[in-house]
Amino acid sequence: MKKKYEFVKNAAGRMVPTEVNGKPQVPFQGVNGYKPDGHKAAPPIASCTDYPSDGNKVVGSIKEALELAGLKDGMTISSHHHFRNGDLVMNQVFNAVEEMGTKGLMWFPSAAFPCHAPMTKHMDSGLIHHIEGSLNGPLGKYASQGKMDGLAVLRSHGGRWQSVQDGEVHIDIAVLAAPTADPMGNATGDRGPSACGLLGFGLADSMYADKVIVVTDNLVPFPCYPWQIQGQNVDYVVVLDKVGEPEKIVSGTTQLTKSPDRLYIAELTAKFVQAAGIMRDGFSFQAGAGGTALAFAIYLKEMMIEAGVKARFVRGGSTKYLVEMLEEGLTDYILDGQTFDLEGVRSMRENEGHVNTSPFTSYNWHGKGNFASQLDAVVLGATEVDVNFNANVVTHSDGQMLHGIGGWQNCLFSKCTILPIPAFRDRIPVIVDEVTTLVGPGELVDVIVTERGIAINPLRTDLIEATRDSGLPIRTIQELKAEIDDLIGGTPQKPKLTDEPIGVVKWVDGTVIDTIFKIEE
Amino acid sequence: MSKNFQAGPQGTRIKSDCQVFYKPGSDPLKMNIESKVDVLFSKTIRDLAETTFASLGVTTGSVEIKDFGALPFVMMAQIETVVKRAHPEIDVEVLPDFKTHAQYETSFGRFRRSRLYLPGNQPKLFLNAGIHNPDCIILDLEDSVPPGEKDSARHIVRNALRTLDFFGAERMVRINQGELGMQDLESIIPHHVHTILLPKAETADQVIAMEAKVQSILKEKKLKKNIYYMPILESARGVLNAYDIATASKNNVGLAMGLEDYTADIGTQRTLEGKESFFARSMLVNAARAAGIQPIDTVFSDVSNETALRESVRVTKSMGFDGMGCIHPRQIKPIHEEFAPTEAEITKAKRIIIAADEAEAQGLGVVAVGSKMIDPPVVKRAERTIRMAVDTGMLEKNWKELG
Repeated sequence: MKKKYEFVKNAAGRMVPTEVNGKPQVPFQGVNGYKPDGHKAAPPIASCTDYPSDGNKVVGSIKEALELAGLKDGMTISSHHHFRNGDLVMNQVFNAVEEMGTKGLMWFPSAAFPCHAPMTKHMDSGLIHHIEGSLNGPLGKYASQGKMDGLAVLRSHGGRWQSVQDGEVHIDIAVLAAPTADPMGNATGDRGPSACGLLGFGLADSMYADKVIVVTDNLVPFPCYPWQIQGQNVDYVVVLDKVGEPEKIVSGTTQLTKSPDRLYIAELTAKFVQAAGIMRDGFSFQAGAGGTALAFAIYLKEMMIEAGVKARFVRGGSTKYLVEMLEEGLTDYILDGQTFDLEGVRSMRENEGHVNTSPFTSYNWHGKGNFASQLDAVVLGATEVDVNFNANVVTHSDGQMLHGIGGWQNCLFSKCTILPIPAFRDRIPVIVDEVTTLVGPGELVDVIVTERGIAINPLRTDLIEATRDSGLPIRTIQELKAEIDDLIGGTPQKPKLTDEPIGVVKWVDGTVIDTIFKIEE
Repeated sequence: MSKNFQAGPQGTRIKSDCQVFYKPGSDPLKMNIESKVDVLFSKTIRDLAETTFASLGVTTGSVEIKDFGALPFVMMAQIETVVKRAHPEIDVEVLPDFKTHAQYETSFGRFRRSRLYLPGNQPKLFLNAGIHNPDCIILDLEDSVPPGEKDSARHIVRNALRTLDFFGAERMVRINQGELGMQDLESIIPHHVHTILLPKAETADQVIAMEAKVQSILKEKKLKKNIYYMPILESARGVLNAYDIATASKNNVGLAMGLEDYTADIGTQRTLEGKESFFARSMLVNAARAAGIQPIDTVFSDVSNETALRESVRVTKSMGFDGMGCIHPRQIKPIHEEFAPTEAEITKAKRIIIAADEAEAQGLGVVAVGSKMIDPPVVKRAERTIRMAVDTGMLEKNWKELG
C-alpha cells in the first residue's frame, strides 16, 4: 500500500510533500529565506570513566560493535563515502545486521555507489527501510522505480551537515571506515594501505552520532597523528583485513575527457574566466570531478602561466591536476573536500598547502560563514538548465534519477557559477523550457558554456559588460535553445509522470525545493 | 519466404544513429520502434518513420527500428537505405528540409589550411564538427566507408548537407572512384556541396568527365551553381600528370596529395621523414602554383602525437603547401597555428599594407617601402598574411587603428 502525500506549493512554484519519511517538512522559502532558531543538536553526555582508561576500544567484530552500540529496529546508521566505489565496509555492516535480525533501519551515507548494489536486497527484505543520501548507480535506479519504502531524500554535502546539526536527522550509530587508526579511535585517511585522503564527510557523524564505530585495516599504536577523526568521539574500534580499495576511488567521473567537443567547452570556459577578469592574482576557483571540469583546470593553468597569475586557493575534489598546480607554485593552497585520486592522497600527506577540509568549513548553512561563498568562480556540471537558468543535477530529462547533489548546491553561492555542458547528449537537449527537477535556482546560476556558445544570466550585467568585446561566442540562452531544438527535430515531449513521489530534493537550508515523481510505465 | 533487410551500424556502442530492419510482405506495414530517447521523442520518431515509409511508397511488410538517439536526418537516411536495399527499383529520395544555415557560400581563394575528414557513415562525428573551426569539412564517401555501406553513407551525407550547420567551413565531399563516383555526384550535387574531391586523379580526362557529369546534373536540376574541384593525386601517373590535371578545369581550387596510396604505387612505404615522397609533393606544389591554385598536403595520421604533427606541418609549409588534411578535430588548431605567419612576416606585411594604403590615398600607382618598390603580387601576399594573422588571433582585426 503506497503512502498518500499532501502537497504544498513552495516559493519556487513547485509542489512538495508536507511530510517525508514521517517527518514534517518546511517548503522552500527562497534562496536565503529560511533561518531556523534554537540550539544545535548534540550527542548524549558521555563520561570518560565509562571508557577504558588505557584507551583501548578495540572489539572483535563489526557485529560485536553493533551489539555493544545497542542497535535496534528503526535506527539510523551513517557512513562516509571517501572510498567512493571501493568501499568494503558497509556491505559487511549490513550483512552483520542481517545476522542480528534487526529491521527497518535507515542508512544515511554521504553517498552510495555501484559497489553498494547489495543494499537493494536488504531493502527488499525490509532490513533497510530506506536510504537518505546521494544515490548513484543501481540504488538510484531502484529508487527511481519507486521500489524503496520511504522517499529518497537528496541533500547536498552542506545540507547533510545542516540536517544533522538542526536535528532533522538523528544518527544512532556512525560506522566510519578509516585507513589508519589507533586503539582509542583517533583516525586519519591520508595514510595506510587503504589511504583515501581525508575523512571530512564522516566528521559530522563522529561529532553528533550517539555511538561511533571506527573500522580500520591499519591499527597503529596511540597516537595516530595527525588525526582527522578524534578518539574522544569514538566508542569502538574494529580491525578488518581490508576496508577499501583505494584504486577504485578514481571513479569514471574523475577521468579527463578525450571528447573534442568537451575539450572545446572546457577551453571556452577557461577563456571566459580570463575574459571576465576573474583570473587575476590572488583569485580562487573550484572545479569538481567530471572530465570537462578537469580539462578546464588544465586550460586555465596554461593561461595562468602565460599571464603570470597565481591563485590564492583552489577548492577540490583534489586530483593530480590540482596537485601539479600546487607543486608548481600556481596556487598557495588546495582546500580539499574529497580526494579523487591517489596523487591527491599523496599530496595531502606531503604538502603543507594541501589542507583537509569538511563540509562544515566549506559548505555549512549553520556555520558562521563558509568557504564556498568566497570562491571567485566554480565550474560545475548539470543535466539540464532552463531558459531562466534554473538547473538540474539529479534527474535526466527523461525523469530518471541519476546522481546525487554532492557539493553542487553549496557551490552555487560562489561569486561566479559556471556550468560547462554539452548542448545536447545524443538527441537529448540540455537547455529546456523548464527543468524536470529544480535543484539550483536560476538566480544563482551565472553562466552556461556549451559548444555552441556561452549564455550569461541577464542578472549578471557586470559579466555581460566585462566580456562584451572579448570575441567569445556570447549568445542568449533562448538563441542556444532554438538552435538545438532545430537540430534535434523540435522540442521534445515531456516525460509522463505519475503523482507518486519517489524522492525529494532539499535546498541547502533543509527546506524542500522539489519533488521527484515516478515516471509512468 | 521473404528476406530480411537491414540498415544502420552494427555493434553494441552505437550513438546518434539507428538500426532499421525491414521484411517485405503483403500485410499492411507493421512498425515496432525501440528508442533510447523514447520518453522524450516516441511520438516524433513514430511520425517521422511513418512519413518516411509513406514517402517511399512502402505500405506493406514489417519494420523494426532500434534507435540510439539518431537525429531525424539520420533516421530518414537509414530508412531510405533499408527500403532501397529491399526494392532497388524505388528511385524516390526522401529529403529533410533544406536549412538556411546549410546554404552559405564559399570562395575560390579561401583558406584551406585544414580539411577535416569525416567518414560518411558516421553521422555522430558530423554533428559538432563545425564548432572546431576547420577551414573545410570533408564528408567522405570513399575509403573511410566500407563497400557494403556506400548507399547508406550517400544518403546520410546528402541529408547532412541539407541539415547541418558547419559554421562557415567549406562543404566538401570526397566521392568514390569511377562509376560509383558518378552515382555519388547524382545524389550529392543538388544539395549545395561546395567542393568535390576527386580521388586517384591520374589524367586531365577524369577531371573533364567529372565536370561534364556535374554540369549535366546541374542542367537537369535547373541549378545555377559554381561547384569547385580538388583532384587528389595518389599515384605515380597522377603526379607526373599534375599540371595537366591542375589546369583541366577552371573550377579546380587546389590539388591534394594522397600519400598512402602513392607510396604503395611507387613500391615503398611512407616514413615520418618523407624522403620517398619529396619528389611527388614538390611536383604537386609546382604544378598547382603554375596553375594558380592551392597545393594541399596529405593527412598526418598519428592523432595523439601533437609534437610530430606540428613538425610535419612546418615541413609542409616550408615546401610551399597551403594546407593539409586532418582526421581528428584536435589536429585543427595545431595546423592553423603552424601555418600562421611568423611575427617577422606579420611586421613586414603590415609595413607593405600601410605603404599600399598611402600610395592609394595619394593616387600613386607604385607602392614603395623605404626605397624599395613593391610589386602587386607581393602586396597580395601581404594581404593574405594579414588575413591569416587576424584569423589565428595573432593580430587584432582593427590593427590599423591600434597603430
